[in-house]
Amino acid sequence: MFEAVQRNLPFLLAGFLTNLQLAACALVGGIFLGILVGLGRISRKPWVYRPVTLYVNVLRNIPLILVIFWFYFVMPILVGKTLHPFVSAAVSFIVFEATYFGEIFRAGFQSISRDLVSAAYSTGLTYWQTARYILVPIAFRRMLPSMITQSIITFQDTSLAYVIGLQEMVRRTTIVDSMEVRSIELYSFVAVMFFAVCFVGSRISRYYEEKGRRANLL
Amino acid sequence: MLAYKFDWSVLWRQPYGEWLLGGIWLTLQLGFLAWIIALVLGIFLGTIRVSPWPWLRFLGTLYVEVFRNVPFLVQLFFWFYAGPMLFGREIQFKINAISGLNYYVAVIGLGLYTASRVAEHVRAGFASIGQGQYQAVLSTGMTHLQMYRYVIIPYALRVIIPPLTTEFLTIFKNSSVAMTIGVAETTFVSYKIDNETFHGLEATTGAMAVYLVLGFAVVKLMGFIENRFRIPGLVSR
Repeated sequence: MFEAVQRNLPFLLAGFLTNLQLAACALVGGIFLGILVGLGRISRKPWVYRPVTLYVNVLRNIPLILVIFWFYFVMPILVGKTLHPFVSAAVSFIVFEATYFGEIFRAGFQSISRDLVSAAYSTGLTYWQTARYILVPIAFRRMLPSMITQSIITFQDTSLAYVIGLQEMVRRTTIVDSMEVRSIELYSFVAVMFFAVCFVGSRISRYYEEKGRRANLL
Repeated sequence: MLAYKFDWSVLWRQPYGEWLLGGIWLTLQLGFLAWIIALVLGIFLGTIRVSPWPWLRFLGTLYVEVFRNVPFLVQLFFWFYAGPMLFGREIQFKINAISGLNYYVAVIGLGLYTASRVAEHVRAGFASIGQGQYQAVLSTGMTHLQMYRYVIIPYALRVIIPPLTTEFLTIFKNSSVAMTIGVAETTFVSYKIDNETFHGLEATTGAMAVYLVLGFAVVKLMGFIENRFRIPGLVSR
């Protein structure tokens, strides 16, 4: 049992590292672009919120695999040379996950009631002080659980970079499996690795959710 | 500026147009069949997660945690490659067949994965009903059966149905992962057209449009169903 996994452990773990790196790129870029998307969605100017809303609605209705394919085929046309699968995967993840993070930010900002803002102003705080001490901390606390959950989903999604031949963990597992033919052990191992990271993540998310709920009750 | 020549006719030129139609049909089939499995299993799992017996609750939680925290692609590969070894070697999969056994693996795999998400929504629906509600209903003299029939289930449905709408939309998007085990659904077809014609951009964009139209249709359909279950006098979420 599991000798096939042991023999190929460094090869497989290197693939897992690629998953983690891809997730890191997707999160940093996705959250940054997501903030812009979230702000764009609550903007009052039609020429800002209309295109942003279109972008969000279109991307959210399309499977991630197609987005990955699309960028994989389009980037060479735009750039004029073939790119490493990692680069084109990272770009498609950033563009795709930004719509989800954008919606989280929008919900977070919109969850703050007008009364709270008025109350903050009435104590004599300026606009920036209100944003700095009241709005952003409260919105952030409410967004944190969903942001962690979305980060877990992003991490799981990195396995889909398999389709453009990126040597991440699932791709490497299929390579090893084609030589060793030990599918049960190999795929169980991949499942356990993903499960371990995602389970810890979902516990952390739940912890902050409970914490937020208790804080709101008091 | 661009050296690339667009050729949108690949989408309807034969045999590619026919392939695409076949792919759309398979995407619809995958979505609907997996949705039936997911609903039945998910409602069962969600219900046992609020049952009074701890070991039953544990089984439900175990299922949900495992299936939610492993990427769907990994699950699908597990059933596809490890399944025949687990359930006896005589099961042979036909790779790249239009509806070989890999198609059934995709349906069942997608159903099992989505069931874990449905179960969470069902559990949350029941959890949203306060203890006071149960006591209030029972104090009016209703039996347990009447209470569930007239009060608890209608209230829970109102909470459960909107997220299930989203899940139903998600199931069509997730069905695209079935391309990795050679099920000739929309995404697979667009990939195949690219391999034949080198017009991946047009093929992929065409497939995207298919999913957009499909998503729009599903949203309309589910909006209709959500309206049916809205309880008069209650403020909707």
